[in-house]
This record gives sequence, C-alpha cells and structure tokens, in this order.
Amino acid sequence: MGKYLRKKILIYLITFFVAVSIDWAIPRFMPGDPVSLLLSRFAGLPEATEKLNTYFTKAFGLDQPLWKQYINFWISLFKGDLGVSVFLYPKSVVDIIKGSIIYDIVLLVPAIILSWLAGNKLGALAAINKKTDNSIIPFFFFLTSSPYFWMALLMAWFLGFMIPIFPLSGAYSYTMTPSFTLEFILDFLYHLALPFISLFLVMMGGWAIGMRNMIIYEMGSNYSKYMEALGASDKLIRRYAFRNAILPQVTGLALQLGTIILGSLTTQSVFSYPGLGFLLLQAIQNQDYFLIQGIFLVIVIMVLVGNFIVDVIYVFIDPRIRYSYVEEV
Amino acid sequence: MKSFWKNSFIVFILIILAVTSFSETLKREETFFFGGGLWSAPSNWNPLTPWAAVPGTVGGIYETLFAYDPLTNEFIPWLAEEGYWKDDNHYYLKLRDNLKWTDGEVLNADDVIYTFEIAKMNTGITYSSIWNWMTNIKKLSDTELEFEFSDPRYHEWNYQLYQISIIPKHIWERYPIDDVVTLANENPIGSGMYLAYDKTDDRMIFKRNDDWWGKDTFGLPAPKYLVELKIFSNNVALGMLMKGELDVSNFFLPGIPSVKNIYGIKTWFKNAPYMLSDNTALLFLNTRKKPMDDPRFRKALAYSINVSPIIRRVFEFQVEKANPLGFLPIESWMKYYDEKIVEEYGFTYSPAMANKILDEAGYKDIDNDGFRETPDGKKIDLTIIVPFGWTDWMESIKNISADFEKIGIKAEPKFPDYGKYMEDMNSATFDMLINNFNSNVSSTPWTYFNWLFESNQVNNEKEYGGNWGRYVNQELFDLVNEFNRTRDEEKGKEIASKIEKIFLEEMPVIPLWYNGMWFQASEKYWTNYPGEENPVAWPSLWGGRWQVGGNIMLLNLKPAK
Repeated sequence: MGKYLRKKILIYLITFFVAVSIDWAIPRFMPGDPVSLLLSRFAGLPEATEKLNTYFTKAFGLDQPLWKQYINFWISLFKGDLGVSVFLYPKSVVDIIKGSIIYDIVLLVPAIILSWLAGNKLGALAAINKKTDNSIIPFFFFLTSSPYFWMALLMAWFLGFMIPIFPLSGAYSYTMTPSFTLEFILDFLYHLALPFISLFLVMMGGWAIGMRNMIIYEMGSNYSKYMEALGASDKLIRRYAFRNAILPQVTGLALQLGTIILGSLTTQSVFSYPGLGFLLLQAIQNQDYFLIQGIFLVIVIMVLVGNFIVDVIYVFIDPRIRYSYVEEV
Repeated sequence: MKSFWKNSFIVFILIILAVTSFSETLKREETFFFGGGLWSAPSNWNPLTPWAAVPGTVGGIYETLFAYDPLTNEFIPWLAEEGYWKDDNHYYLKLRDNLKWTDGEVLNADDVIYTFEIAKMNTGITYSSIWNWMTNIKKLSDTELEFEFSDPRYHEWNYQLYQISIIPKHIWERYPIDDVVTLANENPIGSGMYLAYDKTDDRMIFKRNDDWWGKDTFGLPAPKYLVELKIFSNNVALGMLMKGELDVSNFFLPGIPSVKNIYGIKTWFKNAPYMLSDNTALLFLNTRKKPMDDPRFRKALAYSINVSPIIRRVFEFQVEKANPLGFLPIESWMKYYDEKIVEEYGFTYSPAMANKILDEAGYKDIDNDGFRETPDGKKIDLTIIVPFGWTDWMESIKNISADFEKIGIKAEPKFPDYGKYMEDMNSATFDMLINNFNSNVSSTPWTYFNWLFESNQVNNEKEYGGNWGRYVNQELFDLVNEFNRTRDEEKGKEIASKIEKIFLEEMPVIPLWYNGMWFQASEKYWTNYPGEENPVAWPSLWGGRWQVGGNIMLLNLKPAK
C-alpha cells in the first residue's frame, strides 16, 4: 500500500512540474504583450503611453530575462501568490479565480454525478435488452463522440434560438441582482439549464456505452455462466455483473475528469457562463499571462487531485490492485 | 440511495446560497441602466489609472476642473469657477468655494496642487509628463491658484483641464507613493454626483450623492441608481433595449436603422446617419516598407477607396464618410480646417485618377497577371489587417481590398487576433491596417495631429503612441509642436494649414469614415434624452466621456412617468 502510494505520488509530482512549466511557457510564446494590450484601452496622450508601458512592464516583472521570470514564478507559486491580473488590474489572480470557481462547481458537480448515474443505469438497461440496445446505443455513440462545444452550439441553436425556451448567455438575467429569493434562484437555474444539458448529454453517452460493454462482458464471463448453470435468477446474475462492471466506470471517472474540465471550458465560452472556462477565454484574448497561468494551475491541480483520489479509492474497491502490490513485497 | 439525493440537494442549496449574496432589489423606476463602456468585471476605481478604472470613476465619482462640450465647443466650469491665461506663462485658476468631498471634508486649492504634485513623485501617472513643461503651482488663496510654465503648451493644457481627476489629499497622502497607481481603490472617496455603491461580475452600481456640492449649481440627477452593465453580445444588448431593460446603449448595434421605429428606440438623428461622429477610422500605411514609402503610391490608394458601399452595406448608413483630412465635424476641429488646401491637395473617389498616378509613377503590370509591379519590377503583395471578430471592420477591408484590385494593387484582407494585431501595430510589421484609437472628439485637433504624427517614439523598436505607419517628417513634427505652443488662434490656423498641406501631399495615412457616437435609448423609464432637437450633451457614458457630455445627459434625464 505504502509503496503503491509512493510511486503514485512521485508520478503526480513529476506531472505537476511539467504541466506547470508548460503552463508558464505557453502564454509567453503568444504574439503580443499584455501591457500594450491593456493600455490600448486607454485613450491618452502618446507621451503618457510610452511611460506607462515602461512602468507596467516593470511592475509586472516582464522586463526581466525569461529564466528569472520562470524562477520568480515558482517562488511566488510556493507562497500561494499567483500574481496580479493584467486585464482586471489590479485584482489578484487568486481573488478572481475564487469568484469564478463557484460557477464551475455549480455546473460541473451535478453534471458529472448525474450523468454518471444516469449513464450507468441506461447502459446497463441497454445491455440486457437487445431491443433497447439496438435503438439507443447508436444514439449514445452519437452523444459521446460529439465535441462539447459542438453540442453546446447545437443546444443553443435548438433550445435557445429555434425554440427559444432557455436563455442563451450569462448566469442570471441582467435585470436581476443576486439575492436569496425564489425568483432569483429560479432564474439562476433557468440560465444553468443549457450549459448543464449540453455537458450532461455528452458525458452520459460515454458512461452508457462503457457500462453496456462491461455488462455484456461480465455476463459472458465464467462466473456468470457458472451461476446460470447453478440455476440462479437472471436478476441475481445481473446484480453481480453490475457490481463488477462498475469498477472500470470509476476508472473512467478519473480519466474523464480532464476532458470534462476542458469540455466545460468550451461550453462556458459558448454560453458566456462566468466560470473558469469563460474567464480563461477572456484571459487568453487579453493575453493576461498571470490569469492564464492561474487558471491552468487550478485546472491541473483539479485533474491531478481527482485522479489521485480515484487511485486511492481504487485500492479499496478493487482487490486485484491490493493483491498485486502485496504480492510484490 | 435516498440519503444521497437528500445530501446532494442540501449541498446544492448551500452552493446556491454561496453564489447569491444578499442585496436589495433596486426600484426600476429610480434606476438607470446603461452599457457600452464596461468590458471587464469591475475591479478598479483608481482615477490615476483611468484606462483601467470602471467608466464613471472619472466624471461620476471623481471630477475634473472643467467639463467639455464638443457640441458647442465650450469648457463648462465644473470644480473650477474660471480659468484663464494671465500672460504667456501663467495660468490663473479659481475654484468654486462650496466644494466638498463625499466624506464631508472641504475640497480646496491644496487638493488641486496635490493632484499635480503626486504625478511628479510617481511617473506611472498618466499626466506626469506635464512636469516637463510646468515649473510650479502657486497657491494664492484657498480657492485660487497660479500655474507657472517654462514651456507652455496651450492646446495640451486645455485638454488636460478636462482629463485630470482632482483627488482628495487627505486620503491619498496616506498611501506610499509607489502604491498609488497599483491601488484598486475599492471604496473611492470623490467629489462627484454619484458614489460607488455595489458591484458584481457583470455590473457596476452607482448611487446618487444627495449631498453633492453641485446640487444648487446643476441640480441633482433624477436616477437614484445607475447600473452599468457588461454585455458582450450585440444581440443581448439589442434585445434588452427593445424590451426596455436597457435605457441607454453606447454599443454599435447592427440593425438599429431597421428596428428603431418599430420599438421606439431613440437615436441622435431621426434619420441617417442616426449617430454623431465621434472618432475617425483611418487606413494606416507602413511607410517603412516598399512601396508604401512612396507618397505617389499612397495618394493613388487614397483615390481608389470607395467608402460609400462600406457605409451602406456594413454600417447601414450609421456612419458618415470622412473628409480628406479626417477632421471630425465639430467646431473645435473644423475652425482649423482649411477649405482652400483641401480643394487643392485633397482627394475624392476616382479610380481613373488613381490609375493615372500609378501609371505616371511607373507602377506597371509587367507580367500581365492583372497586378502592378513596382517601378523596379518587384511584385507587390500586401496585406490589410484588422482584429478578428471586429465584424464591421472585417467586412470593410474586404471592400477596400477589392477597390485596390480594381487599380491593380494586390492587398489581401487578413484577420489576426487582437493581440497579434496590436503586436504588428506597435512594432510596425504590418503593411496596412485600420485603426481609430486616439482620434476621438476633443477640444483641439492637436490631439489628432499628435496621435497621427507622433514623433517621440517613431524611431523606437516599439511605438505605443500613434503614427503606426512610422511616417518620419521633421518639418511636420515641428509644426505639430509649434501648433501646440501657439496661443493666438489666427497664427494657429496658419500652422494648421501647413500641417494639412503636408498631410494631403504626403498622405501617410488615409481617412476613411467617422465611427459614430453609438447611442440608442429606450424611453420606457426615462425621457428627455439629448438628440437633434434637444442638443444638450454629447450622449456618451464611455470611460473618459462623463465629463464630455455624460454627466450633462444624466442631469437632463426625466422619469417617464
């Protein structure tokens, strides 16, 4: 157990280091520089613009050589300081992310959990009934292979534009101010609907396909045949199969975490939903190095932590892992 | 399983609770909703960084010495009661004697002096360069000051009189001098008719200052609250305007001409062009590259561009064609517009003329591919750029590219993202581009000249102040500086004429059309908007424009019911 975790932690640390380094490098290779972009919004006298440019390039530490910037980045990272945003100057990146991440939680947590539950149920149903299998599985394949942003656009087009049931953008109506009233909460959920549905559908497709394949595999395995021979009821066999089939689905959850985050990025961009995804889009458009770094960092940490938790859970739910490590000792 | 659902429901409710913060609902009929100036979440109320501050920080919360009205070309005494040049080097200023800050403290000459002094100590402040030509400020009494100049720049000074926000000394002197430009200034204490009240990610809320010093002078504005909205999409803004959820929009909204009458949306003019002209869009030519370094080539391009179809198809007549100098049709600029010079050296749309100039200059199609080569036989293959997503400009450069093709010049439209566009513009790696960043209405055409023919950074690797085409002409630079230093209007006109002659002969940059002062208003909750029949104010609530019309517009609003 200890050895297993040690190995895992080491891999995660290396991953983290590489991911964060790439995260630092990418915005700096984009053409353009954040300070001049920021000052382009300022209509003033030419004399002032040059001065301001020098001043703020210095203030953001962008006048130093790259290797120094890189070292400074790691130092401040360990202090928990992600710097100051350029585009939302002078707000700190940490504060900005705090304000946005809540929207991601509201959108992602229910979408992940509900799609996982629904997908498993529907996949299992499909597996045991040829008729439903033939009719709904192609549809699930269609869902799971749709890119998130494409599904978002489709939903926006159908449910927001052709049949305008749901609002197309924002987290709540412009005429509302956040308050703890039923009216506001309903409005909030109403705006949540389209991004939620588009994420939910794509993810559900994937879970359902996975579950169906696993159940069919388990039903064909030796223990199922043996139970059948013993005269166990179909229901009982199915229950055992389901319990075994759920294991890879947990693994899938870990693997999916990364893509779900990315999916929510594009989905939020389509619906202008003010979570991290939309924030990242704006940060990229404004070349806000520090904000881009910060958001990526949060995403990397979320994915790594999610994977790690699943790894740990796995030790408990899958005896095979436990034994393989114990036997090695 | 049941408990799981219960728990997740509780968690969900808790999250909703976290998202919603308790706040009162504003009464709609007391609240004025507007948008068009706010493009990021409100995060800065620092008047010393006006480019990062929420629009309304300058003018609404903090105030300037004078306000300026482009419609009448008048300086409206605001914090100042009067100001004039005593002699060539001394400017006398008298403040009103009933001024106060919103925390109750008195606003007097000390605050004004401090406002200037702080920019001497910290060069990150936009107006710190004033100290290159101002020597000192003398306090004559609590309300009277005298500014002394070593190198007076009259046009620039007038401009700064309505740009610089006066800040309270007793508050700002507490901050370390290095921090004054990095402050977010979350709870701004100003002197203006509105107070910063509340904010969320997508809006800034102002509350009326019922104790405002100016209530006897100007009266109080009718709206108790102002809500400034961040709206990214034209469709959303248009929809809200139609429903009356948005009172004033300062967005460019395609389709306004066709829907305005159906929904009773007010614009400045009843008919085309609907909008006032607010700034000039120009085609910048990179004079560091061949063949854009040839004035004859540039002039030919000017003759070949047909702006009319762009105005018709792209802008639906919401903008007007620029005159050959790109001078905005406001008195402060037009009084320096020399008809004779324009008559003699100006250009009109004439492909024939363009062809003639190119033929004479030796730009001929040698290899018969339909495009001209340079006189020394090199291929001409250029690009025109505007930022991706700026749809009106994207369409425009397609048109311009087609116009160039008609006279045998190859210039392809390209749409880099905004960051790349800025990079190319600042480092002069583009061929041609459209830009309008600093051609806004102002009290003097000097701001326009100074931006078009910026001379201090023109030889630097990066240029941030204008003159994107890096056009170098010392005679012209000297004239622009001389114009700035000329008090006498007649003499100023002579200098302006010389500048205009060089401008039109050399054509370093080609004026195209005037972007409008986008303004659409709904009369569902508020009336008495400025407009053609009621020209009381420049109808803008963009950043930096509250003291150039916005405040007067607010003061004139009346409830609809």
